[in-house]
Formats: sequence, structure tokens, C-alpha cells
Amino acid sequence: MSDLILSPNLTHADDFYADLLAAHEGLEKSDSDALNARLVLVLANHIGDNAILKQALDAAALKPE
Amino acid sequence: MNKIFEVPLYGYKRSPDQEAPVPVRHKVIIVGAGPVGLAAAIDLAQQGVEVLVLDDNDKVSFGSRAICFAKRPLEILDRLGCGQPMVDKGVLWNKGKVFFDDRQVYEFDLQPGNGDQRPAFINLQQYYFEQNLVERVRDLQEQGAPIEIRGRNKVEAVGTHPDHVRLEVETPEGSYTIEADWVIACDGAGSPVRSMLGKDFVGRVFEDNFLIADVVMEADFPSERWFWFDPPFNRGQSALLHKQPDGVWRIDLQLGWDIDKEREKRPENVIPRLRAMLGEDVQFELEWVSIYTFQCRRMEQFRHGRVIFAGDSAHQVSPFGARGANSGLQDTDNLCWKLKLVIEGKVPEALLDSYDAERIHGADENILNSTRSTDFITPKSPMSRILRDAVLDLSEHYDFARPMVNSGRLSVPCVYDASPLNSADALDGPAQTRPGASCPDAPLGDAFLLPKLAGHFTLLTIDTDAPDEIEVDGIRVKRLALSVRDDPSLTLKRRYLGDAPGAVYLIRPDQHVAARRDTYEENAFRHAMRRATGKE
Repeated sequence: MSDLILSPNLTHADDFYADLLAAHEGLEKSDSDALNARLVLVLANHIGDNAILKQALDAAALKPE
Repeated sequence: MNKIFEVPLYGYKRSPDQEAPVPVRHKVIIVGAGPVGLAAAIDLAQQGVEVLVLDDNDKVSFGSRAICFAKRPLEILDRLGCGQPMVDKGVLWNKGKVFFDDRQVYEFDLQPGNGDQRPAFINLQQYYFEQNLVERVRDLQEQGAPIEIRGRNKVEAVGTHPDHVRLEVETPEGSYTIEADWVIACDGAGSPVRSMLGKDFVGRVFEDNFLIADVVMEADFPSERWFWFDPPFNRGQSALLHKQPDGVWRIDLQLGWDIDKEREKRPENVIPRLRAMLGEDVQFELEWVSIYTFQCRRMEQFRHGRVIFAGDSAHQVSPFGARGANSGLQDTDNLCWKLKLVIEGKVPEALLDSYDAERIHGADENILNSTRSTDFITPKSPMSRILRDAVLDLSEHYDFARPMVNSGRLSVPCVYDASPLNSADALDGPAQTRPGASCPDAPLGDAFLLPKLAGHFTLLTIDTDAPDEIEVDGIRVKRLALSVRDDPSLTLKRRYLGDAPGAVYLIRPDQHVAARRDTYEENAFRHAMRRATGKE
């Protein structure tokens, strides 16, 4: 079973972060929340591995390893 | 015009039991003549077990109630001799549409039967379902089968004893006492028998109300299942439209928790809601209206000595996914062959404990699935609503999100993976037919596989040899010899062999796989038979 990558893995982290902010730019809070929710679902489907997703949920919850 | 559910089908008749100086003892008494109780009665009577059904009413169920019957229960009904009239009368459908807010987000086509005799499901009012079962009871009676239904016989008290059960029964002409070796309580979610025994029924109540309306209309709606999330005509809630036979449409409208039930049920309040949904110009007539709230719960044990619970009396689920009556029929399918063998003294009483193990597993699976559907349909927090809406919005644009849309996961039979009756899998074959699974159907020329497996233990051999019959402790196991050549569509091979060149399956009377191997081996199958009958 592969593990969730928690070491730096984005080659252009600043670019992605800027894109993320830009996507939310000017949105109402409710629209931003909806966008984040859709993004999570799109990414989850791309990952397509429940074990990795479970690790990701734990990591996002800042659970101690 | 009299509706079918207004006509007494098994009206009260005085029984000689009511005059008996000492209580008459019956083999099996079934409490409740709903779909589950009637199925159990037919199953036992067909096998020659004397059975008496008591019901406090004398008619089929009022209103359509359970309307969606899945493939596995239809296969069970085939074994009970009444699958065909159900399928003939029922509405077949395979297209569904999902709406969100004011628009359709997607539609789906269920794959038509690929190698199965029976469709994925039919829609049929519960009253027709019960009527067909009662007709089957009448046929069996004409053939001399030991089966009787007593209407307006209400069980008032239950006394349990180590070797029998005593019932006090109230009738329009006073009460009488009868006894039974075994009682099957199929008396519904509010089971009086359960209360009389003081047994628990714990679980989760969902704080919601649903309005169910059966409307008769001549409208040109197709035979499809339409489900709305948050539609303009029922803001913040859900709605379902489903077709039944005779131009009757089932409409489910979620109403929320804080409502006045009596007020909402009045036609002057129901009709405007339906107009908003169906359109102003659609003519319809209200046949039946009901408001329900639901719960997901089950008894801790389904068997209590000689009283055994089946169907809603043992477990209750939300209606999403049609898992109520469908799972109740799987209960009796599981129970009746075991009970018959116990009554014949061929197996230890402990075999009945496997009913608990297997059907509690089934109930838990159903409760899990229907709870998840409920959580999707009725988000319980602001964030769960945001995520739910995100799934729906995505489903309009991308295929990947559609399997996440959960308006009810339709009932499929559960696999008894951890059953004490299973023998270890000794075939490198398809997972679909592993020990514990219910046998999938396969076409065999003009016929189908499942009707050939009905009602007794079977040794199914595919391209391998075995004796034509074996007998283990007085129970006969008959061989059904098949070859992959019997099915040019290769469904049989795909479902039962996979890459294996041949296989032997030991199949229980309820068409679940007990054991399988690549070749016949006498000792292994005798051992498997003993396990499958609760002796190991």
C-alpha cells in the first residue's frame, strides 16, 4: 500500500497557491465554500484510493501520527 | 368502485380450535399476514410443514406502501411459485432522472438483465403483492397443503415455554388459546409480539417527515424514477416520483421535522403541493396519503427461543433503497429451510442460530446503506449540505460524481461472508460466487439456472464429475450436472468458473453457496454438508 505524500511534492508551490487564491477571488463565502467542496471531490476522485484518502483526512485533521 | 385494499380477503371464520377443550398445538404459527408472513407460510407449507397464519385484520395492506421489489426477492418468489404474476403485473423501469434545484443534472440507464431471468426490480403496490401471495396460499390449500390463514385473529398474549409457545388470540367472537412448536413473528415494525416479550428495539430515529401520496393520473409521464433534490416546489427538501401499475404514481415529498401531520395530510394541503410538482394542467385523483417518519433499528437477536422475528418486526430501515419488504423476504428465505430441518429432527436446533448470525449481518448492511442515503438526502449540518450540493453540481458536468449521488442504494442480496455455515473457499473462482453469496442466475438454453436449484441442497457440477446423489445424516443432496457449453453466452462460466476449468458447488436450499472446490472430493463435501447444517 502506498503512503500519502506529506513531504514537498509540488514543483511550483507558489503558483498553485496563487491559483487557489485567484479561484476564490471575489466570491461570497457560500460560493467559496461550495468551490472548496467541489475541489475536494474532484481531487479525491483523481487520487482514487480510499486508503490514501483516509490518510489525507487524518493529515488534514492534524491528527498526531 | 371498491379498491382492492377495501375488500376482505381472509374474513373471520370460526375455527374448531375455538371449541377445543385443551389448546390445539400447531407446528408453526405465523403472526402477521403481510408480505413477510405470507412468504414464510407458503415456503413452509410447500415443504409440507403445517402452518397457521394469524392476522388481526382481514384485508391486504391499505395503500401502496412497499412498492419496489428487487431481483433477489423475485427469485425467492419464483421458488414460492408466485414470481411470474408479480412480474406480469409490475412496472418495469430502468431509466432514472436526477434533478437538483430547477434543472435535471443527469439521467441513468440501468443495464438490462444480462443473463438473469428476473429484472433488477419491479414496481408493484404492496396490496397486489399480498393479493398474489394470498392466491398462492389458496392454490396450495386446493392441493391439500397444510396452510391456513385466520383473519381478525389478534394475538393478545404470548407465553414462552422450552418446547412450545402459547398464544391467547382475540376474535370477534371472544378469545381462545392455541399453542405452537414454533412462532414466527412477522407483525411489523410496531410488533405487538416483540412488546409482549419485552424485547428491545434500539436504533436511530430520523427527525424528518415524508408525505407519501398515490395519485391516479392519465398523464404522459414515462416509466422512470425521478428524484429531486431541493426543487422549487419543495424548497430545501427532496421529492420522488415513481410509477406503479394501473396509472398509479407514487409521490414522496420530504416535509421536514417541525410540521403538523394532520394538517399536512388534508387534501386541501396536499393537492396544491402536487399541482406545483406535476404542473397546473395535469389531472389527477388522490388514492392514498400517508405521512411517515422513519427509524433505523434492529433487535439485538432475532431468535428468542421458539419465537423468531422476521421482517420489520426484527429490523427497520429508512425506505430509501427499498430494503424493507425485500430484506424481510430474504429473512424467511433464510429461515424456512432451517426450521423445516429442525422440525424434522435432522439437524440440531442450533442451526437456527445461524439465522440470527446471517440475517443480523444482512440487517446491519441494510441499515448502513439506508442511513447513508438518508444522510445524503437530508444533510444534517451546514457543511454536509455544502458537500452534498457540491456532488450534485459536479454530477451535472462530470460522470465521476454520479455514483456519489445517493437517493437510495437499491437492495441487493448480502453475502454471508462470516457465516458459520460456510466452508473455506477451495476454488480459484469468481468472488461473486464465493461461499456465503447468493447464486446469481445464468441462462441455460430456454431455461434458467436458479429454478433448478430450488428448495433442496444441490451439488452443482460444471465440467467435472460427482455422484448423482449423496446423503448426509438423512439429508439428500442432488447433483445438477452442467457444462459451460450449456450456456453459449458464457454467463455461467463467468459467474461460476472464472479461469477454473471446472467446479463443484454445494448450494443451500435458499440458493446461497455453502462450499465450492475445483473437483468433487467426498470427505470435503460431507464435511461441508455437516457445517452447512449446523453440525460442525
